[in-house]
Amino acid sequence: MSNAESSSVKSTAVQEPWWMRVLLIAVGVGFLLVLIGLPLSAVFVEALHKGIKPYWQSLLHPDALAAVRLTLIVAAIAVPFNVLFGLAASWAIAKFEFSGKQFLLTLIDLPFAVSPVISGLVYILLFGAHAALGRWLVDNDIQIVFAVPGLVLATIFITFPFVARELIPLMQEQGTEEEEAAILLGANGWQTFRRVTLPNIKWGLLYGVLLCNARAMGEFGAVSVVSGHIRGETNTLPLHVEILYNEYNFVAAFAVASLLTILALITLLLKSFMEMKFATGKKRH
Amino acid sequence: MRIPLLRQHSVLPGFGLAMGWTLFCLAVVVLIPLSGLFFKTATMTGEAFWQTISSPRVINAYKISFGIAFAAALINAFFGLIVAWILVRYTFPFKRIVDAAVDLPFALPTAVAGIALATLYAPQGWLGKPLAELGIKVAFTPLGILLALVFVGLPFVVRTVQPILEDLEKDVEEVAASLGASRRQIFCRVLLPQIFPALLTGFAMSFARALGEYGSVIFIAGNLPNVSEIIPLLITIKLEQYDYTGATALAVVMLLASFVLLLLINILQKWSSRQ
Amino acid sequence: MEILVQNINKRFKEFVALDDVSLPIKSGELIALLGPSGSGKTTLLRIIAGLEFADSGTIILNGKDANQQSVKERNVGFVFQHYALFRHMSVFENVAFGLRVRPKETRPSKAIIREKVMNLLQMVHLEMFHDRYPSQLSGGQRQRVALARALAVEPTVLLLDEPFGALDAKVRKELRHWMRKLHDDMNITSIFVTHDQEEAMEVSDRLVVMSNGRIEQVGTPADVYHTPANSFVYDFLGNYNEFAGVKDEDGVVHLTEVDVEKSASTTEKSGWLHRHPEIEKIMAKIAPSKTLDHAESLPAAEIVAPKQLVGQKVTLFARPHEMIVTKTPDANEYIIAKVMHINPAGPLVKIDLERLNGRPLQAEIPKNVLDDLNIKKFDTVFVRPKETKLFE
Repeated sequence: MSNAESSSVKSTAVQEPWWMRVLLIAVGVGFLLVLIGLPLSAVFVEALHKGIKPYWQSLLHPDALAAVRLTLIVAAIAVPFNVLFGLAASWAIAKFEFSGKQFLLTLIDLPFAVSPVISGLVYILLFGAHAALGRWLVDNDIQIVFAVPGLVLATIFITFPFVARELIPLMQEQGTEEEEAAILLGANGWQTFRRVTLPNIKWGLLYGVLLCNARAMGEFGAVSVVSGHIRGETNTLPLHVEILYNEYNFVAAFAVASLLTILALITLLLKSFMEMKFATGKKRH
Repeated sequence: MRIPLLRQHSVLPGFGLAMGWTLFCLAVVVLIPLSGLFFKTATMTGEAFWQTISSPRVINAYKISFGIAFAAALINAFFGLIVAWILVRYTFPFKRIVDAAVDLPFALPTAVAGIALATLYAPQGWLGKPLAELGIKVAFTPLGILLALVFVGLPFVVRTVQPILEDLEKDVEEVAASLGASRRQIFCRVLLPQIFPALLTGFAMSFARALGEYGSVIFIAGNLPNVSEIIPLLITIKLEQYDYTGATALAVVMLLASFVLLLLINILQKWSSRQ
Repeated sequence: MEILVQNINKRFKEFVALDDVSLPIKSGELIALLGPSGSGKTTLLRIIAGLEFADSGTIILNGKDANQQSVKERNVGFVFQHYALFRHMSVFENVAFGLRVRPKETRPSKAIIREKVMNLLQMVHLEMFHDRYPSQLSGGQRQRVALARALAVEPTVLLLDEPFGALDAKVRKELRHWMRKLHDDMNITSIFVTHDQEEAMEVSDRLVVMSNGRIEQVGTPADVYHTPANSFVYDFLGNYNEFAGVKDEDGVVHLTEVDVEKSASTTEKSGWLHRHPEIEKIMAKIAPSKTLDHAESLPAAEIVAPKQLVGQKVTLFARPHEMIVTKTPDANEYIIAKVMHINPAGPLVKIDLERLNGRPLQAEIPKNVLDDLNIKKFDTVFVRPKETKLFE
């Protein structure tokens, strides 16, 4: 950020004429206002346009509360799982040299490239009642798809690269010297990780967790495919929004949507805050 | 593509454990489920597979998905470059907020974006009404799809171009100016060649994201077969009809397209980091 | 601690980092590993520390095979080139780290750790900065923290990778004297890596010159400087001039790159032979008959071709300060050169010269000699090496 600000103070030789600057800023900001600002305000206006009471009622409806609970449960499983994966993957990839590293990175990136609908579909193919594994599961009364485990799996898939992708470049940039110094001073592996590596990556880790959590709570396509849309049971918040909207219950739909929007705004706020923290940290280093 | 087993000896511990857990997670979460797609496809005859992926309705869905995703990525490349440019080069009020707002499409659940856009551009909506009076219908037409895809793809262009713009060496422009180049010449001959790889990467990422997008599109698309039906929607429709093989065949086609794009993006990123 | 490096080989893919390196180091020595980048000196240091593993060969620390020892058991202190300070810890915490991570049984009490760390900080003159973070310190201060941290675990060997590499010239000079003193006080074996020959000469007991993964020479600074083992070492230790020469059948070396020489047969007449056709003109201009005896009477026939010595062609070397510069020839053989540039800054005046054949020549002479000579840019002068070196 500070970089951007300092570079905006410049000599006139390499500056556009003032009308050009104003035009570009107007076009850019106008574009963002229409594309992002308007939908954002529409959510809150629609949610509240019949007053605060129906808004609260929609939020406190048992189905809505069930959706909140389920969303929290799914995120509470998916995020820690991806943190464990991200820490292991970044340790192995950033701190060691081995062949095939680039290929491994591409594999980790795969879920980013796959349509959310396909991410849901693969679990239906694997665990659905028509598949061998699925039949065995049904016989043993274990339900995965159209139930909570399916939602969790699809969410893990969708958010799989988030933490790892945040940590790998950070740890690569930090190199291995501090860890080597710690080992030379007699620290064991766990002490080195906990006292040297972890404090160095904590902001990056938090950043990854934040993005991972936002996506986990907001994912729609993948969970929509595996959910089965059972009200009060397998509906996460985004799915609940869809059901209410399709029932033309717009106030309730936007009320629930406003919850998710607030989550998104908080995420952005924390993200900006952390980027500032990052930037100063980088400058100090 | 060698298997990641050979490694240099290191004094740091935990490689085996970390690598083992990484590969285990990767296999269980990503590789085994994805390979299921190909096993399922293998149960189809070649002819049945071909018929599924080349029926007229599907062909039209390809045209819509690829065509509109491409158009959306183009729009994003243009406006994304402007947004990145003003964020890096100029100061204006509320710049911080504008900068943060660019990430909203990342953070906002797609379903929320979908219903918000659909409501805004519905015939009775804030923007839908004046546009309807001008004879432009957005919601429930391909134009609606375009709008949703522009929304979800924007951050990709801005966030790939922005750091490159920030890192550009100021003195190169100053040298160009001192050699008598006009501002326009400097932009076209000095700046654009430097940011072009990043712009192309952002374009490709935006395109890839738009191709797979589902949540924000279905509310505003109207979902008329052959007119405003995208491939991901067609996959879910086939699933709801318990046509698992049909859904899988389409998914494989989309997956291959994604692979190609991912490969392309990787190459582009290498290119742009080399510059 | 005594260190024996025996037949160490190390490759990184195709690149040979160390090629059969052996080096015995006595207890209490201060050794400098000197070489250009890529010569393998840092790799050798890291192998001794246990951070890198040799493909073959052994390291013996105090009679024990270090391959059998973990990094911890080797008990080495290591100072990284860029210090590798823990950036999220204060200076105090950095130095205390090695003591705090010890298992409970051997970990000193908090009070003892505190006392020890403060003593170390006092020794490196940083006790005032104990609660600062690395980012708040200057390069020289960080370097001293890194040293204190390495010493906190009471190592028997101290290894330093380019310890002064990232510092500016003045701080470097201060710190290297201080390091020498510290080494003497601590009774420790130290090895440091450097690419700065002056630093290596000034600080070390012995220096090890390396290139391309091999040891070129080991010896005291005086040995290495005055009797370099080969042209690489000679080259690496300073600037030099090259001369063409010939080694005859008896093994006697002659300088053949000579423009003017005193003719042996006409010594009583102080006859000079001019060996280059161009020289006639030059001699007429710069060395009038008063100074160059009989020059005006030299018959054209006495202008001869270069000495036709039979033997093996060799290259002879001489340092710039070993050059003698005169305005008139007074010895047997001379090279004629033109003054291109004079740099009088410094204890010795640096003169860039150009020989008749266009090759450059460098000379360094004391200021008063220059004043006496009274030479200016583009003057033509007579130059000869006091002595030359030949490497075979």
